[in-house]
Amino acid sequence: MNNLDFILPEIFISLAIMFLLILGVFKKNSSNIIHYLSIVCLLITGILIINNPSGTQVTLFSGSFIIDNLSSFMKILTILGGASILLMSKKFLKISKIFLIEYPILILSSILGMLVMISSNDLMVFYIGLELQSLALYVLASFNRDQLKSSESGLKYFVLSALSSGLLLYGCSLIYGFSGSTNFDIISNTVNSNHYGLTFGIVFILVGLSFKISAVPFHMWAPDVYEGSPTPVTLFFSVVPKIAALTVFIRFLYVPFINMMDQWQPIIIFLSIASMIFGAIAAIGQKNLKRLIAYSSIGHIGYALAGLSVGTNEGLQSSIVYISIYIVMNLGFFSCLLMMKKNDLYFETIEDLSGLSKNHPILSLCFLIVLFSLAGIPPLAGFFAKFYIFKSVIEQSMYFLAIVGLLSTVIAAFYYLRIIKVIYFDEQREKYDTDHSNWLKVSLTLSTLLILLYFIFPSKLLEIVSSINVI
Amino acid sequence: MNFPILSSLIILPTIGALFLMFSKENNTTTVKYVALFTSFVNFLISIYLWVLFDPSISIFQFVEDREWLKGFINYKIGIDGISILFIILTTFITPICIISVNNSIKKRLRDFLISILIMESLMIGVFCSLDLVIFYLFFEAGLIPMFLIIGIWGGERRVYSAFKFFLYTLLGSVLMLVAIISIYWISGTTDIVKLYELGIDGKYQNLLWLAFFSSFAVKTPMWPVHTWLPDAHVEAPTAGSVLLAAILLKMAGYGFIRFSLGLFPLASEVFTPLVYILSLIAIIYTSLVALMQEDMKKLIAYSSVAHMGFVTLGIFTITQQGIEGSIIQMISHGLVSAALFLCVGVVYDRMHSRLINTYGGLVSVIPKYSVLFMLFTLAALGLPGTSGFIGEFLILMGAFKDNFLVAVIASLGVIFGAAYMLWLYRRVVFGDLNNKDLLKIPDLNNSEKFILWLLAIPVLFFGFYPEPLINTIEVSIKDLIEMYNFNINKYTQEVSINE
Repeated sequence: MNNLDFILPEIFISLAIMFLLILGVFKKNSSNIIHYLSIVCLLITGILIINNPSGTQVTLFSGSFIIDNLSSFMKILTILGGASILLMSKKFLKISKIFLIEYPILILSSILGMLVMISSNDLMVFYIGLELQSLALYVLASFNRDQLKSSESGLKYFVLSALSSGLLLYGCSLIYGFSGSTNFDIISNTVNSNHYGLTFGIVFILVGLSFKISAVPFHMWAPDVYEGSPTPVTLFFSVVPKIAALTVFIRFLYVPFINMMDQWQPIIIFLSIASMIFGAIAAIGQKNLKRLIAYSSIGHIGYALAGLSVGTNEGLQSSIVYISIYIVMNLGFFSCLLMMKKNDLYFETIEDLSGLSKNHPILSLCFLIVLFSLAGIPPLAGFFAKFYIFKSVIEQSMYFLAIVGLLSTVIAAFYYLRIIKVIYFDEQREKYDTDHSNWLKVSLTLSTLLILLYFIFPSKLLEIVSSINVI
Repeated sequence: MNFPILSSLIILPTIGALFLMFSKENNTTTVKYVALFTSFVNFLISIYLWVLFDPSISIFQFVEDREWLKGFINYKIGIDGISILFIILTTFITPICIISVNNSIKKRLRDFLISILIMESLMIGVFCSLDLVIFYLFFEAGLIPMFLIIGIWGGERRVYSAFKFFLYTLLGSVLMLVAIISIYWISGTTDIVKLYELGIDGKYQNLLWLAFFSSFAVKTPMWPVHTWLPDAHVEAPTAGSVLLAAILLKMAGYGFIRFSLGLFPLASEVFTPLVYILSLIAIIYTSLVALMQEDMKKLIAYSSVAHMGFVTLGIFTITQQGIEGSIIQMISHGLVSAALFLCVGVVYDRMHSRLINTYGGLVSVIPKYSVLFMLFTLAALGLPGTSGFIGEFLILMGAFKDNFLVAVIASLGVIFGAAYMLWLYRRVVFGDLNNKDLLKIPDLNNSEKFILWLLAIPVLFFGFYPEPLINTIEVSIKDLIEMYNFNINKYTQEVSINE
């Protein structure tokens, strides 16, 4: 039973979920305690992950579960993202009168699902993790159930996600049929690229996964769901599930099917180019900031996929760096969004930002930095994220991808600039409340400083990531 | 060489900006003095740097080399004779901008000064970076403060102009980024000094040259991608126009000399006709356009395009005189266009109109202004005795050496230049005084007088005695041209051996 030592974090978080659920049911008015306890649980899980006894790579449960540098790094990213989102969301939930015990518990269970996904080395394990996180996300999307839009977004997400899960399962069954196993390692030994069945299987699985990370052309759900969900849930959607799905992308493409790269590479390049261009162009007309960030996240996923399409360790490392920096930028963006509050009402259209710089100079400055970073202007962190991606893309002489990607940053810069224009150039309108929770202020300051000062020590993150080798 | 003097030049304005950020906004005098003090100290440091600088050697001096992105890019900065002049120009123009805000900036003064100081840091960074990626960082980061300067403090169509400025320059630059990364994979380094030694494989040079050209051409700006400049100039506040004309445009000229000639000699040889044609069109066409302008700032903006046409022409003659002339022309244009924009700013602050027909007969109302305006007008059209003459003369000399026809056409541009500048001066300063409001306007106040004379002194001084400038750049340029010719010869020999 030595195996259980290694999955202590997952065991701990499952027990914590059950305990918190029981506590919430039997103790009245316990939302506050549960909220903070769940953050503590997440942090403990994080410590357990860091204290992983193996150090190097281990596979457990007859090869279906894997713990290596990739999984540890991505898990810590997930945990940190989840914890900071919980910290930031309390005030919003209270004001929107949805401060219920279910919220942190649902987030914890979806994080559990992601942890399983990240460590999966087997199609079945991966599917179980995926479904666990998706089920929690359906409920979270419609968490503000009295609002029509929120319920609508939950339902939409459920229907479309179920469809994509179906495709994914079909892909799994095809791969099982043609390779005789669901285990990634065994598949990689028996894989034979002459089987068209395997190619079909890969395509189906890629479709399912692209749906989860909202890559074009499987992005249709994203804008509606992002807009309808309560803002902290939107933040969760835009950050955490992408980490897990990207890890699965990496593992699935690079472990069993690396020899079939010529088959999947064009698909990833197409997904990447389509996402970058579509994300840039479709965001131009948006008025709602949450919808806009949905399109922007589609674009950003395009860049992460560009790094993946390269098919080298450097490529996947650049994707991981990209997604890490992207998370920090998104946390900053949503911190700003959660600060646009007046008389217990949250604002979320671009026009509401009009002339923000006159009444709230510091908030505007942070917003400015985050937006320029999202646009990828040096010397902010967002530029380095793109820089690493294009560095690995150009190494393989994929100039077309690089030039398309960079041109779409120019288009994308336009809509980020438009927000800055509204903040800085337009006449002032709203004066927002300033009684923000301290956690929100901390997260905004931290993310802004990280973005702004990243250029001083750019190799730190790279050093950590460079230990991640899958091939 | 222990004290990192170049880094301190780069960082000092940013530290000043940080100070301002934490100071009280409504205390405008303190804010202004802090900014002025910082930029003035920076100017003194740069002068000290010029004194320490040894013009008799062409290698990079005051080099700082630190590990930055492990095993990939080093933070490497240093200067040679070409860059030091631009650094001094930057540190000289910035305090002048700061003094000039007295009259023109009415709102959010502190934020404006912060933007200007950060801009100064970035521009100095551009001129001393010795690594392509570091160069790109500084080059692009300048977009952020300039976007804000135009957008927040600009005129009526400021939003349109700010967007146009930002997107045009960004579009030009992304291709340069692709080229920089490609150079890294082709040559294994982005260190400029090493690249000078190694050279870049001939078969890649043409594409790389074009990618760099797309960025520099937009920034210069060359015809036909010059259209952002008049818009940006017209809408920017006076201090913003001064920065833009005096220094930002020079980044591209500097880039042509340092990168296009230095890194891609073969491609430069191939594309010289293209640059000649575009430069000539810029000189002739924009001069004609300038003649028709109703708006003073627009006229000067178009004249900037024409002057930068001379600069690009001079650079690609690849002769000692041509390149020297280009650099002197850039320095001179930096001073003169800054002064002209300030002159327009002076009357704009009083009358709130930039249209030429608002004015007329100013000579009898504000004589001191008219004298100084006259001086800068003549410098702009290149009258002997002003720095503008030295630049244009050397460029034309270089051009005659290289291609007679090109030189003749370019000389026509000098005549056009005289035409539009003199006509502008006649319409604004002479003629009948029709507008009664003009009678009430006061002559130059002390700060205006001060900054205009401050600009007039170097214009006249270098006009009569350009030795210090030429001494500083001579050896570096000579070396650059030698390296250029050496590479060309090496390549032609290789080709003949292969055949």
